[in-house]
Amino acid sequence: MIHMNRNLLKQVIIKTIPVMTGYVVLGFGFGILSENAGYGLGWVLAMSVFIYAGSMQYLMVSLLSSGASVISTALATLMVNARHLFYGISMIGRYQGAGAKKPYLIFALTDETYSLVCHGDTPKGADPHLYYFLVSFFNQIYWIVGSVLGAAVGSAVTFNSAGIDFAMTALFVTVFVEQWLTAESHIPAVGGVCVSVVCLLIFGGDLFLIPSMVLILAGLSLGKPLLGREKSGASGKNPAVDTRQAAVSMPPEPSSADNAQKEGGIRHD
Amino acid sequence: MTDTRAISLIATAAVVTALLRFLPFLILGGKRQPPAFITYLGRVLPYAIIGMLVVYCLRGVTPLVWPHGLPELLAVAVTAGLHLWRRNTLLSIAGGTVCYMVLIQFIFK
Repeated sequence: MIHMNRNLLKQVIIKTIPVMTGYVVLGFGFGILSENAGYGLGWVLAMSVFIYAGSMQYLMVSLLSSGASVISTALATLMVNARHLFYGISMIGRYQGAGAKKPYLIFALTDETYSLVCHGDTPKGADPHLYYFLVSFFNQIYWIVGSVLGAAVGSAVTFNSAGIDFAMTALFVTVFVEQWLTAESHIPAVGGVCVSVVCLLIFGGDLFLIPSMVLILAGLSLGKPLLGREKSGASGKNPAVDTRQAAVSMPPEPSSADNAQKEGGIRHD
Repeated sequence: MTDTRAISLIATAAVVTALLRFLPFLILGGKRQPPAFITYLGRVLPYAIIGMLVVYCLRGVTPLVWPHGLPELLAVAVTAGLHLWRRNTLLSIAGGTVCYMVLIQFIFK
């Protein structure tokens, strides 16, 4: 048991190293920024523990120093973080039955954590919910450590770190390529990029996320007859389902319910 | 700004963020077995969302103004290329990031 847990911990650390790199760097940057604006160690710690949303915390520094109101802070948070609604929708099935871990799993569902858990790959023999929990928890620890370090020793750093924040972009590009290689249909990925680019051109960088989300949701909903069938047949990581699909050629509806049951079943193993 | 005021702003951001994260689970997650439609979205949404996140990260790029998004384009190509070549996440991220830093610090100054 102890051996298995140690193995799981090792897996979690390996899996989260990219996020660790990005979070320590971005957290560090946030710590410096906040410290310089007059909100030092204690404030940084509180924000990283309770808000735990990268871009929002960067924005928080300017809201604090410009004397924003509660209302404008609430609206800014809604705009910047609305994309989190999306993550929840696609994690409902996987986080079901997580019990006491569930509130924290939901609270800690950042962009980066989402990119690691969204496909439900878990180490062999591990309890998926424990695995998701450890990934989420480690990521938040990286973020807290990075930001606290930035507030504490940031002013001592002198090397030119311009552009290091590209680490987060690179993480998402990597996840995108990885998904591309394992996906049976490229329609959702291509559609997501195209819709977002068009919305970015029309609405601009500050406003394009919400229209993009609405259009992506609408598009995927309308495309269910096509994508629902294609998807269930080809889940490359699940050959058992694959062959059965091919043999019985189930209609899309029951097959997705069947998949959900399968996911639920892994939990009890 | 007084400390109380600052605390109330931080609390506001924390509560609204948590609300956004919890809302889908509160509205749609009640049933023992999620509806087939939600299961379907859970499978296809990640592809679209990660695509959207890549665009989100690159939203500040200015294709019509110098350097025309070239550093970003090159660094994304290096990241993706490295990943197609070795499929080593850490290598892809480190390579792409170092490439971007060199590009904006020394070449596209």
